[in-house]
Amino acid sequence: MIELIRNTNIDFLGKRYIAFIVSGILSIIGIVAIVQIATGHANLGIDFAGGTSIQFKFEKPVVLHSVRVALEEGGLKDFDLQDLPSENKILIRVKKTDQRLGQIAETIENVLQQKLPDNKYVVDSTTEIGPKVGGRLRADAAKAVAFAVLGILIYVAFRFQFKFGVGATIATFHDVLAVLGIFFIMGREINLILITALLTIAGYSLTDTVVVFDRIRENLKIKQRESVEAVMNLSINEVLSRTIITSTTVLLTSIALFFFGGEVIHDFALAMIMGVVVGTYSSIFVASPVVLIWGGSRPFAKK
Amino acid sequence: MKKNVLWRLALIGITIILAVIFFLPNTPAFRYMPQWWQQNMPDKGIVLGLDLQGGLHLVFEVEGDKAVELTTERYASRMKDILAKKKLIVETSVSGLNISVSPSSSDVRKAIEDSFPTLAPVEAAGKLVYRLAGSEAKRIKDTSVDQALETIRNRIDQFGVSEPTILRQGENEIVVQLPGVKDPKRAIDLIGKTAQLEFKMVDDEAKTAAELPQSIAPGEEENLIQQFSGKIPEDDEILFEKKVNKETGVVRKIPLLVKKQAALTGDLLSDAKVNIDSRFSEPYVSVSFNDAGAKTFEDVTGANVKKRMAIILDNTVYSAPVIQERIAGGNAQITGSFTMDEAKDLSIVLRAGALPAPLKMLQNVTVGPSLGRDSIEAGKMAGIIGTVAVIIFMIFYYRLSGIIADFALLLNIVLLLGAMASLNATLTLPGIAGMILAIGMAVDSNVLMFERMRDELRAGKTPRAAVDSGYHKAFWTIFDSHVTTLITAAVLFQFGTGPIKGFAVTLSLGVSINLFTALIGTKSVFDIINSKRELTKLSI
Repeated sequence: MIELIRNTNIDFLGKRYIAFIVSGILSIIGIVAIVQIATGHANLGIDFAGGTSIQFKFEKPVVLHSVRVALEEGGLKDFDLQDLPSENKILIRVKKTDQRLGQIAETIENVLQQKLPDNKYVVDSTTEIGPKVGGRLRADAAKAVAFAVLGILIYVAFRFQFKFGVGATIATFHDVLAVLGIFFIMGREINLILITALLTIAGYSLTDTVVVFDRIRENLKIKQRESVEAVMNLSINEVLSRTIITSTTVLLTSIALFFFGGEVIHDFALAMIMGVVVGTYSSIFVASPVVLIWGGSRPFAKK
Repeated sequence: MKKNVLWRLALIGITIILAVIFFLPNTPAFRYMPQWWQQNMPDKGIVLGLDLQGGLHLVFEVEGDKAVELTTERYASRMKDILAKKKLIVETSVSGLNISVSPSSSDVRKAIEDSFPTLAPVEAAGKLVYRLAGSEAKRIKDTSVDQALETIRNRIDQFGVSEPTILRQGENEIVVQLPGVKDPKRAIDLIGKTAQLEFKMVDDEAKTAAELPQSIAPGEEENLIQQFSGKIPEDDEILFEKKVNKETGVVRKIPLLVKKQAALTGDLLSDAKVNIDSRFSEPYVSVSFNDAGAKTFEDVTGANVKKRMAIILDNTVYSAPVIQERIAGGNAQITGSFTMDEAKDLSIVLRAGALPAPLKMLQNVTVGPSLGRDSIEAGKMAGIIGTVAVIIFMIFYYRLSGIIADFALLLNIVLLLGAMASLNATLTLPGIAGMILAIGMAVDSNVLMFERMRDELRAGKTPRAAVDSGYHKAFWTIFDSHVTTLITAAVLFQFGTGPIKGFAVTLSLGVSINLFTALIGTKSVFDIINSKRELTKLSI
C-alpha cells in the first residue's frame, strides 16, 4: 500500500498561534472586502452593479488599444476592456448608466462597425442588467449567503457539541472570507458566479472539518486520560492522509475546470481551487484550535 | 453469495439500465433505435440551458401606470358621448390620472356616477374631478400584464421560435426565453414595440404649422417641442417623421403639427400584410380595418379630402399622405422605406395587436450560438480530463481498491446523467462545473472508507472484518459531509438565477448519487470479493 503520509506526529495545535495570525490577516482582508462591496467600492460584476457587457469575437486579431481609442472617440466613458488574444475575443463592460437598456450595446456595436470596418465580428454574448434587477440579484445573493450559513449552523448544532459547532462555523467563515478577500485583492470581479463558488466552498470546507471532528470525538472517548490537545493532535495526524487525499481529488477536477473549462467558468474554478486549499488548511489549523480554546483543556463532556 | 448482496447488485443493475434509457435521447444512438422505442420511451433527455445552446433571456416590466393613463383618457372621451346622449353637454380634460369635468352641476355629477361606477370623485373645490377607483386601477394594471403576455406570445408565435418560454414573474414582470434565436436585436424590437397604431389629422391650417422648421437634426426634438410649447393650439401636438437620405445616409426629423385626438386607432385593424411596391420595389405594409374601422375610415377620409392624415406608430410618424378622395373598403398602406424584415415585423406586431402598456426592458442576457458550443466543448474537455486525472490518481494510490472506487465513479457519472435526463433537468454551464466537482467529490466517500479500512487492517483485523467495520465507521462521516454540501445546494437552488439553479441541481444530484454508489455500490463489490473466500490480503 502506498502511503504519502504515514504515522506522522506533527504538533498542529502547537502551531495554532502562527495559524491564528495568518488566518486573522486573511479574515480581516475578507471583512474589508465585504465592507467595500457593501459600500460599492469593490469591482462588482454587472449582474450586481447593473450595466452592459458585450463579448465580441473578431475574424482577425484585434489590438486592444485601437478598440479603446475607437470607443472613446465614439463617446463612450467608463468602460472596461478585457481580451482573450488566443481567440480574437474582447469583452467590453460598461457599468451602471442612466441610459435605456439596449442603447449602450447598440452604440458599441455601431462604433466597432464604423471604426474597425475591415475586421468583422460576431457578438458572442450580450448581458444587460437594469438597476432594478441588479438590486434584486444583490438581495438574493445576500439572502442565499444568510440562509446557507443558517442551514450549516443548524446542522452543525444538531450533529455536534456546541464547541465543535463553533469551531466548524468559524473555520467555514474563515474559508469564505479568505477566498473573497483574495479575489478582492486581486481585483477580480465579484459576481454571482463567485458567490456560487463561495457557497460551494462553505459546504465543502465543512466536509474536511467533519472528518477531523469525527475522529477527535471518537478518540476523546477512548483516550480519556490524555489531554485534549494531545488527542486532537493525534486525531489530526491520523486523518491527515484522508483529508489531503479527498482535497486532492476535488483539486484535480477544479484544476481541470480552470485550465480546460472555458472562459466563463474560469473564475469559478479559481475560487474553488483556493477554497479547497484554504478549506483543508482551516480544518487542520483553525477548526480544532478554536474548539480547544473555546472548550478548555479538560474535561469534555461525552456526547 | 449472500442474498443481501444479490439484491443490491440487482438494484445497481436496474438503475444503470434506467439511466441509459433516460439518457439515450441525448446521444446520436437514439435516432437508430427502432420506431416503437422512439415513440414509447423517454425522448427528451437533458435540456440544454440558454447559456449552452445560445438564445435570449429577457425580463420586461409592464408599465401598468401607463395603461391606467390610457384607460383614463378613453374614459374621458367616452364620458362626453355618453353624457351627450343624456342631453348633457360637458367638456372634459385629462391631466395625469385626473379627469376634470365642467360644468359642475349636480345633474352631471349624478349622470357620471350612474354611468361610471368605477370612477371615484377627487376632492376639488367647486370642480368635478374624477379618477379611476384604486381597485379599478389595480385591476387594469394587473390585466395589462396578462394582456401583454398574450400579445408577446402572439408576436413570438408569428415570428417563429421553437419552444419559447413566456412567463409572468411577480407583480408586473414578464420573462421571455427564446432559445436559438439568430437575430437577437430583431427579436427584442419585435417584443418591445408597443405598436400603438394611430391615424391623426395633420393640422396644417393652424398658424403655428407654417412656423415649424422644415426639418431638424435627430436629438433636437425636445428643444423644438419646448420652443413651441404654449404656441400651438391646445388640442394639437408636435410629432416627428424620420427621413433618411438614401444617398448620404443622413437622418433628419420632420416636425408635424397633428391633432391629439386620433381619428382612428390600430385596435380596429383586422389584418396587416407585407406587399411590395411595384414601382420602387420597396416593401410596405397594407392594413385592413374591420367593419367599424372601415366605416370610420371612410367617414374621416370623406370629411377631410385634400388634407393630410398622419400614420403614426408609437408616436413616430411613418408617413402623412394627402387624402385624395373618400376611401371606402377599409384598406390603408403604411410606407416608410422599410427593409423586408422591418416590414415583416411591423405586420406581425400590427396583427398581434398593441401592447396595453409600454414595456421596459430590465434584463437581457443573450448568448450567441458559437459561445454556447465552445462552452459545451470546454465543459466536456474539462470533465474528461478531470475524470481521467482522478481515476489515475485513485489507482495509483489505492491499487485494486482504487479500481473499485473508479467503477463507483463511472457508475456515479452514468447515474448522474441518467437522473438529470429523467428529470429533463436543464444543463447550464455552471451545471457542468457542478458535475465535474461532483466527480471530484464522488471518490471522497470511497477515500473515507478505504482509509478507515486501512486503519482497521493496521489494528490487526482480518480483511473481511476491516471492510465491514471500516464501512460502518465511515458511514456517519460520509453522511455528514454530504449533507452540508446538500444544504448549500438547496439554498443555491432557491435563490439562484437560471444558470446557478442548474449548478445546484447537478451538484445536489451528484452528491446524492454519490451516497448511493459509495454505500451500496462499493460495499457490494467488497462483499462479493469477500464472499468467495476469506481474503488474506486486501489491496488497498
